[in-house]
Amino acid sequence: MSNNIVLKRGLDIPIEGMADQKISKTIAPDVITIKPADFHGFVPRLLVREGDKVLAGSPVLADKACPDILFTSPVSGTVSEIVRGAKRKLMEVRIKADASQEHVDFGVQEPGQMNAEEIKALLLKSGLWPSLIQRPYGILANPASQPKAIFVSAFNTAPLAADMEFVLADKVADIQTGIDALSKLASGGVHLSLNSKNSSNSPFAKLKNAILHTFSGKHPAGNVGIQISHISPIMKDETVWTVSLLNLAIIGKLFNTGKLDLKRKVAVTGPVAIKPAYVEALPGMSMHDISEFYDNSAKDVRFISGDVLTGTNVGADGSLGFFDNQITLIHEGTEREVLGWAKPFRFNQFSSTRSYFSWLCPKKKYKMDTNVHGGPRAFLMSDVYGKVLPMDIFPIYLVKACLAGNIDNMEKFGIYEVLPEDLALCEFVDPSKNDIQDIIAKGIDLMIKEMA
Amino acid sequence: MEENKTTQPGLFEKGGKLGFLHSTVDAFDTFLRVPGTVTLKGSHVRDSIDLKRLLIIVVLAIVPAALFGMWNVGYQHSLATGVEMGWFQEFWFGFLKVLPLYLVSYIVGLGIEFAFAQARNEEVSEGYLVTGMLIPLIVPVDVPLWMLALAVAFAVVFGKEVFGGTGFNFLNPALLARAFLFFAYPIKMSGSEAWITLKSGETLVDGATGATPLSMMGEGFDALSNMGAQYSTSFWSLFAGTVPGSVGETSVIAILIGAVILIWTGVASWKIMVSSVAGALTVGWLANLCGATDIPAYYQLVMGGFAFGTVFMATDPVTAAQTECGKWIYGFLIGALCVIVRLFNPGYAEGMMLAILLMNCFAPLIDYCVTEVKTSRRAKKVKVA
Repeated sequence: MSNNIVLKRGLDIPIEGMADQKISKTIAPDVITIKPADFHGFVPRLLVREGDKVLAGSPVLADKACPDILFTSPVSGTVSEIVRGAKRKLMEVRIKADASQEHVDFGVQEPGQMNAEEIKALLLKSGLWPSLIQRPYGILANPASQPKAIFVSAFNTAPLAADMEFVLADKVADIQTGIDALSKLASGGVHLSLNSKNSSNSPFAKLKNAILHTFSGKHPAGNVGIQISHISPIMKDETVWTVSLLNLAIIGKLFNTGKLDLKRKVAVTGPVAIKPAYVEALPGMSMHDISEFYDNSAKDVRFISGDVLTGTNVGADGSLGFFDNQITLIHEGTEREVLGWAKPFRFNQFSSTRSYFSWLCPKKKYKMDTNVHGGPRAFLMSDVYGKVLPMDIFPIYLVKACLAGNIDNMEKFGIYEVLPEDLALCEFVDPSKNDIQDIIAKGIDLMIKEMA
Repeated sequence: MEENKTTQPGLFEKGGKLGFLHSTVDAFDTFLRVPGTVTLKGSHVRDSIDLKRLLIIVVLAIVPAALFGMWNVGYQHSLATGVEMGWFQEFWFGFLKVLPLYLVSYIVGLGIEFAFAQARNEEVSEGYLVTGMLIPLIVPVDVPLWMLALAVAFAVVFGKEVFGGTGFNFLNPALLARAFLFFAYPIKMSGSEAWITLKSGETLVDGATGATPLSMMGEGFDALSNMGAQYSTSFWSLFAGTVPGSVGETSVIAILIGAVILIWTGVASWKIMVSSVAGALTVGWLANLCGATDIPAYYQLVMGGFAFGTVFMATDPVTAAQTECGKWIYGFLIGALCVIVRLFNPGYAEGMMLAILLMNCFAPLIDYCVTEVKTSRRAKKVKVA
């Protein structure tokens, strides 16, 4: 095991609503939604029509650029609705689940006996290929390429994130199979990063066939992008793949059982969640399925699939995203606080700076809401951003290069190494209230367009 | 989502009858109440800090220097004219003298800011709250108000708005106002007439001088110590600030209180402050060593506008170097240049203003070099690994 990597910069956001480590409910699949927007760089081609019968594992969507990349149905049932947006853009495919679930049988496989092409073929066919993310840019992995290495983070430091050990402790065998399979796809093998807090006791510490690293530090120490930049930074013309530990377990399960099983423990969290706890559910489940966790009678709840920093606002009728195992419920902060900024004390507001006095109660958790707490301004401060980004780059220079659309400078300041999620904390602390993640995302889109 | 299309825009909203005043109304409205806007993209929760809070901290940090400066105006007047005054009388005298400067500074400066925000259809930025607080403190108290108004207008329009407003300027607007006065009306800004306020008909007592300690810079330490003024020129007096000078710059104690606030809250960079002091001491010490002056190097820290400039002007985050390494270089050069100008260019006794403005111009170059060195070194390191 390599040395522990200590990250000094970062910030744990003290938000209320951590999920209790218990399963309060198992949600039987009803209507499951598949959203192409979950996958960056995925141009969907529809393979089903309304009324078609599908099994769990039957293809539903294919990528237009690379038709081998399939996305399959998580449940068996009937395609009930195909939702299109402006310019007939495919937004959602909804599948009404049958009472009894039937799976496509991909056959039990032993990754040790397979070569890379066979492993790729199975991942493509089963619809699990989209769970591999290619960096730079955070897009769908290209099946024709061989990445430098595959990186997996075994812990999540995001606000209120699901505890990986609680969620996946019983899936260690599947994760091992997943590692065995994926390690054949990359020349540099699979790198797995553990939290140094309990790296020796962690069920994941005994995993073999992977290069283990340990990290300690506040958020974003658990972000795989941060870990890559400390293990082996991505330079121009290099590609690496990342996969979440959750999806690694699902891949392993596919090999071990021959079935696609996306079921996961989902943490229902957030300041307005009632008795936050875990539920067992499939991605694509509707927010209505967890109605006992919230009271939205005043229509003031924001439903986030994911965490408060990087999640997607899906709305009361929305559904859980493919990559997510967390739902955060927070209050829409449309109230206007009188003389907010001028009050010497604001006991119920958190600030990472000492301009307020929240540093006096470091243990306190806050009922945060979605209020921006200020108007948008030009960038003024220069040192607040680096303090929450444990990477060897100049974040504000990168953001300004993205705003200017200056490809050379974007390259120079590290656009290959970051995804918007890595700079989410910069956005949180920004006193000028700029949408930094959006700026980075647009910069990445520009890079994809210009470099194609 | 239902949308009520029949609603007319409000009186001050875009499209309303007085819609052209949108920015102004919005500025006052958000001044009183935090806007009710919610996050639309990216991070769903945000830190409660905003620029209003950040800048009000700076204003607070300046208050001790401002209060002391008001008292000192009265105190110097009393010393120079021989009129006995209680300390409150002295403060009140100074307060009445400085108040018009503040009124002019804020009315002219904010007026222009509002007008530009209106024209650009943007929210009014809070940057001028700090600039307006600083300008009266770095001018002689007797500066004619019309000159001040002109300087403020020049600084805000040509120092800031032509570049796009707060955050886009490369020169510190407050210092630009002072530089404008300094070069346009040198009589009012230097010499021995400018620094002590006299009403018409009042005369100086025998032996009193209006010269500041800084003007004795070229004369050497003996001349400074025995300049025979009505005020003391001991190190302690210079440190406490009971000497003539620009309104807010004299008291190092009051400025240090501000520095503690700024550093503790993290609003201003301690690196710039420390390296600026180091730069001044280094050059002061070198000058002692080679006999350019016999004024001890540490006197450079308490004389003139050095302390005020280091704490409140050099640390302006917009015009300072942006990289952490660059901040060390930037601060050091400001301190060094300030003392060099003081020692070798007696025509411009106040080197701090020129040093900061010059380094403001060079800050982007410093940053460019720092980022260039760091990114290329990193690229090499990664290639080897």
